[in-house]
Amino acid sequence: MRTMTDVRILAPTGMLGAGFPPETLTRGLELGADVIAVDGGSTDSGPYYLGSGTAKTAAAAVARDLRLLLRAAASAGIPLIIGSCGTSGTDSGVDWVAGIAREILASEGLDLRIATIYSEQQAASLGGDLDRIHPLPPAGELDTATLASCTHIVGMMGHEPIVAALEGGADVVLAGRATDTALAAAYPLMKGLPAGPVWHAAKIVECGGQCTTDPRAGGVLATVDATGFTIEPLDPGNACTPTSVAAHMLYETVNPFSMREPAGTIVVSDATYQALDDRRVRVEGSRFEPAEQHTIKLEGARITGYETMSFTAIRDPHILGQIDTWAALLRKMIGEWVTRTLGLADGDYAIDLRLYGYDAILDEIEPDRRPPKEVGVMLLVRAAEQATATAVAKVVNPLMLHLPTPDMSYLPSLAFATSPAETERGAVYEFVLNHVVDVDSPTSLFRVHLPEAGDA
Amino acid sequence: MPETRTIADLALEVRSKNAGPFWVTMELFMRDAAGYALVADPGFLNGPVVARLYGVDAGAVQIFRLPALNVVKISFPRPVSQGSLRDRDIHAGQHHVPLAQLAVLTGSGGR
Repeated sequence: MRTMTDVRILAPTGMLGAGFPPETLTRGLELGADVIAVDGGSTDSGPYYLGSGTAKTAAAAVARDLRLLLRAAASAGIPLIIGSCGTSGTDSGVDWVAGIAREILASEGLDLRIATIYSEQQAASLGGDLDRIHPLPPAGELDTATLASCTHIVGMMGHEPIVAALEGGADVVLAGRATDTALAAAYPLMKGLPAGPVWHAAKIVECGGQCTTDPRAGGVLATVDATGFTIEPLDPGNACTPTSVAAHMLYETVNPFSMREPAGTIVVSDATYQALDDRRVRVEGSRFEPAEQHTIKLEGARITGYETMSFTAIRDPHILGQIDTWAALLRKMIGEWVTRTLGLADGDYAIDLRLYGYDAILDEIEPDRRPPKEVGVMLLVRAAEQATATAVAKVVNPLMLHLPTPDMSYLPSLAFATSPAETERGAVYEFVLNHVVDVDSPTSLFRVHLPEAGDA
Repeated sequence: MPETRTIADLALEVRSKNAGPFWVTMELFMRDAAGYALVADPGFLNGPVVARLYGVDAGAVQIFRLPALNVVKISFPRPVSQGSLRDRDIHAGQHHVPLAQLAVLTGSGGR
């Protein structure tokens, strides 16, 4: 084994199940990859996945990516690290990915040891020491009722539990919720490489090819050494440029110069980006400032109610010419009909009426209010019970079919998109935690299940 | 009479996205240093201007200027909770438009 004066991180894709060209792995292994790191999740698609403990990705898509990744890790004899399994990193998400991985290992006859790391937290346990939990802007102080209302709470691990799993003999680490960067940082940190270049490289590779000039052309390889890191795309026709690499610090971050991790802060304000040739970039000058207090960020989601959706559409230019008047009349009549028919008060349900094609996306801040050519009218109803939400949508149905503008002397018929018009969306969720908890040990909130002796 | 153009006219790309569930962030990738100088001018683009465009609190708006990339980055707390009944843009990926359509005054020689 080569002495670890440098570590080569292979980042094939921004998300497990998003797909990548098989050549990205072949090329990465040819270039001497030491570890493969893949993110399995994100909060970016909303609170539903954490709230329900289910994945955004299809099992078949995860299996397709995993099969290629497990084959590559086995053939090269290098570790594979996957984090935020099952989109939100709940315990059910880790078990889901582990189940798929075990089936593949069995069917491929691969001899790899899997470690799982669980990151789900108990409200009662966290609530017992609220003094240790601090809000992040724009959140306020936390109370036990809010914690107890969550259907799932996860803690975001740093690299430490992953290192513990690798040191425990794992070939494959399937982690619950983790920072995107921890997955790529764990192995080089374990091999003693300096924290500044490691963490910055880990941030740059977290979305695979996002830091290249053609993000659709597969992943990247980052080589971290004592003074910095070098990054190159795995597709020979793709390129990393100083601009494409530096710009990745902007992506989905509040602050492009510093990023907090559980153990400290990545500071890149003095980093330099130098083109080595037309497709490789050298980065130096990144720092990692250890924090006085190790903190773990919490994520939690709770049910806000049940929704039913109905969708009709308008093409008649007469109505579209006064669409604001029509929508105001619809809102007023919904309130009257629901009270009259169902006896519900305003607080018993909530609606959102969206005029797609007019101002649905930007709502009050829409700068362009010219009459549209056609409009899709989406009604969302939320109530404490699914049956109530659906009853409201059904009472509104004749209005969404026939409501005229005040100056029309006849009833128009509008264009429902589906039959039945109403679709029950089930439980809907919101993120409620934006807090960190002070911990004495970076591994204390996480349960590392090491492979058994003889496991494979 | 100076020509009225928008930020989008002078940019390679204007984009917006969630930065976690509670923040939205936007970037103006300008074509050149002259375009960058226009949008990086705090007299033109500042907290109150962003607050007016997006109906948010000016004090919560953070603006970062990156001259090496010709980029201005703007972050502020998400005005509507992600995935809530009133959220019409789950990834906040279409909220760059009011910013991109902001008019800039460019004379014959720019500035």
